[in-house]
Amino acid sequence: MAHAAAAPTKQMTFGEAGSSLTFAVLAFLCLIIAAKAYTPEYAFHAYLFTAAFAASAFTIVNRYYDRPAELPPLTIGGKPNYNMGPVKFSTIAAVIWGIAGFTIGLLIALQLAFPALNFDTAWLSFGRMRPLHTSAVIFAFGGNVLIASSLYVVQRTCRARLVGDITPWFVVLGYNFFIVIAGTGYLLGITQGKEYAEPEWYADLWLTVVWVAYLLVFLGTIMRRKEPHIYVANWFYLAFILTIAVLHLGNNASIPVSIFSPKSYIVWSGVQDALVQWWYGHNAVGFFLTAGFLAIMYYFIPKRAERPVYSYRLSIIHFWALIFMYIWAGPHHLHYTALPDWAQTLGMVFSVMLWMPSWGGMINGLMTLSGAWDKLRTDPVLRLMVVSVAFYGMATFEGPLMSVKAVNSLSHYTDWTIGHVHSGALGWVAYVSFGAIYCLVPWLWNKKELYSMKAVSWHFWISTLGIVLYISAMWVAGILQGLMWRAYTSLGFLEYSFIETVEAMHPFYVIRAMGGALFVIGSLIMAWNIWKTITTAESVEEAALPAQPVLVAAE
Amino acid sequence: MSLWSRHKIFETNSIILVIGVLFVISIGGLVEIVPLFYLKSTIEKVEGVRPYTPLELAGRNVYVREGCYNCHSQMVRPLRDEVERYGHYSLAAESMYDRPFQWGSKRTGPDLARVGNKYSDEWHRDHLKDPRAVVPGSIMPSYPWLSDREIDVERVAEDMKVQAALGVPYTPDMIAKADVDLKIQATTDDPNAAALAQRYPKAAARDYDANPQRITEADALIAYLQMLGTQVDFKLYDNKANVR
Amino acid sequence: MLETYKFLAGFAQTWGLLYFVLVFLGVLVYALAPSRKDRFDEAARMPLQED
Repeated sequence: MAHAAAAPTKQMTFGEAGSSLTFAVLAFLCLIIAAKAYTPEYAFHAYLFTAAFAASAFTIVNRYYDRPAELPPLTIGGKPNYNMGPVKFSTIAAVIWGIAGFTIGLLIALQLAFPALNFDTAWLSFGRMRPLHTSAVIFAFGGNVLIASSLYVVQRTCRARLVGDITPWFVVLGYNFFIVIAGTGYLLGITQGKEYAEPEWYADLWLTVVWVAYLLVFLGTIMRRKEPHIYVANWFYLAFILTIAVLHLGNNASIPVSIFSPKSYIVWSGVQDALVQWWYGHNAVGFFLTAGFLAIMYYFIPKRAERPVYSYRLSIIHFWALIFMYIWAGPHHLHYTALPDWAQTLGMVFSVMLWMPSWGGMINGLMTLSGAWDKLRTDPVLRLMVVSVAFYGMATFEGPLMSVKAVNSLSHYTDWTIGHVHSGALGWVAYVSFGAIYCLVPWLWNKKELYSMKAVSWHFWISTLGIVLYISAMWVAGILQGLMWRAYTSLGFLEYSFIETVEAMHPFYVIRAMGGALFVIGSLIMAWNIWKTITTAESVEEAALPAQPVLVAAE
Repeated sequence: MSLWSRHKIFETNSIILVIGVLFVISIGGLVEIVPLFYLKSTIEKVEGVRPYTPLELAGRNVYVREGCYNCHSQMVRPLRDEVERYGHYSLAAESMYDRPFQWGSKRTGPDLARVGNKYSDEWHRDHLKDPRAVVPGSIMPSYPWLSDREIDVERVAEDMKVQAALGVPYTPDMIAKADVDLKIQATTDDPNAAALAQRYPKAAARDYDANPQRITEADALIAYLQMLGTQVDFKLYDNKANVR
Repeated sequence: MLETYKFLAGFAQTWGLLYFVLVFLGVLVYALAPSRKDRFDEAARMPLQED
């Protein structure tokens, strides 16, 4: 198997031949698994894998016949020849998954207000739809934003083309295939029953392969860089990729019942499983939803505001303090449970300390605009991102508060937690993602600007109203619920039966659903705006072209 | 040459960054998780706690499949109102055979750690079929399909084998008799009920779904719910022996 | 159990604290050292450079 670069004539690269052959073999193996599967649901997944592997093998060979003899060069005319195809794919995927995830969120919010909306149907019932919602927004929407932005930022700040020819596409397509397997699995009742880690063993295995490829592409591109320094955003991305790998392996250590069965049993049990789960769960928040999106903050806000980050030194302290402390905070999810007290206390102390680096990062992001605050009035995209940082500050103040045991005894198990999560998820993660998407689309498709800045403003205000409705409803609901559970009559009896506390939630669940509906409407406006930007907005003139890859072979 | 060596240092820098990140994130996790495998309070056995019977295990898998943990916790905290509402606070040992644990994080519905024997089988059947028929204000989804879907009796032994490999004390005898035990437990007045109770103390055998023709997921789920939190006899339990 | 607790608490309050302080000081020295100021200022401008 000769390398194409060495031969003047067109030859398959080792990667092309090896991967197409591997995919073909895997397609065949999955067909066997499908035939012998214990359940029809698992057989369906095995067929999906077969189809995906066969299509991949075909596409790689087909792409080989269509491409020129030479692989795309690393540089054109001295400028890096960036590989933006996979970035474009992930950006669009993020928008689509985002709308899907928000809409499912709206459905389950309505199910809690009006249980008839479960339709007495297994796959539509709340217990299966809720993991679909959380995975769709965190892993499908958030994950694609992180992959797209990281593969963009690492190329631009390293001034180097992505490493690999097929691998970047494998990462992007493989990750989205994982989402499809996970999501359809929940609907069919295939789940590990661990929050935010519901995908079963084979989906986890597949994600592991994809993730390792992601790490290699990212790290390889950093090593290929022309710049002496590794920009701090890449530090955050790297910490995110590495830690998620460690967490994923630790929390999903399970043994399948059979290779023909979707079911597996986790090697941890009881208390140990609980702590491993929340070590994972909390750090998925810390490294997926925080470190990764802080990387976005550290690149996109300076870029959009056209000024360097407020303090680069603070960003380095922020980085180490954040990743050091986050990893300890998991036990605050298990206050007053059968977990030993010392572990709970340790989790609480670190959670409270975590407030400091979080706010250090927030100040760093906000102060980047010092001297350019006027841009907030004129640029709604920047406004989205700055408000996201403010929400980050608010959520990271609320979090340590809720991790204090006395507060947690009231807030835990109530909708206050749901409100807290959404002030972080909608206000911080989604807003900074929207900001990044609004920045990326014109850059990637060589457009002067977005199709409509007015639509961005509408998106911003409608969604903000939605968030306010959402979190205030959940605060009131949660605190009310917590107080009702512990209310006593003057005779010393519990005042409310459980069902009375459920009935008291109804108005707040309706308000919450209204807030969610506004958020969905906002995301639809974004999708329309992006569609129009790509299809009709004015292109950057040829002369003023920045080093965007316009003529990239075989993409 | 000098350029080359400079470049080399930069390359190792990213590796140093990788090592630094891995080092920093390992410490916290290790310090908190590793002791749980050694501390007395987290590994000690408590009188009465036994592995799930085949039927209960099948029911637990239905519980996991339907995502009940999204709305129901299984962890009573040692707070006055919770102990009065649900019963004795949960012990670590009570979930020692739980793979995965189902402590949950949200109580849209009530805690289920001690729901066992609180309601009749009939109540559970009606409630699962249509929660609002029994509890008018309930917002729980209906699960009418559970009483239609049969349990794959032959396959339960395989699940137990994997659990045994992970350290759950299922004996070869228990695994060999898995399908028999499952059928016994789903039958009212089965002549072999005593043999089942010998293998699994306090296992209650009866026709949970009131349909003697078939062993359904409703049988399994109700059997599981009815045993939750009933294994430890708190009249005999010495809470000083297990300081946590 | 109590011995285990005392041992762990003692360990955390001495070596744990020392580890924590040392890591933090190390980060501070790295980030604030005057010799690195120029490099960091340059690095901060990386997103703004067009190629």
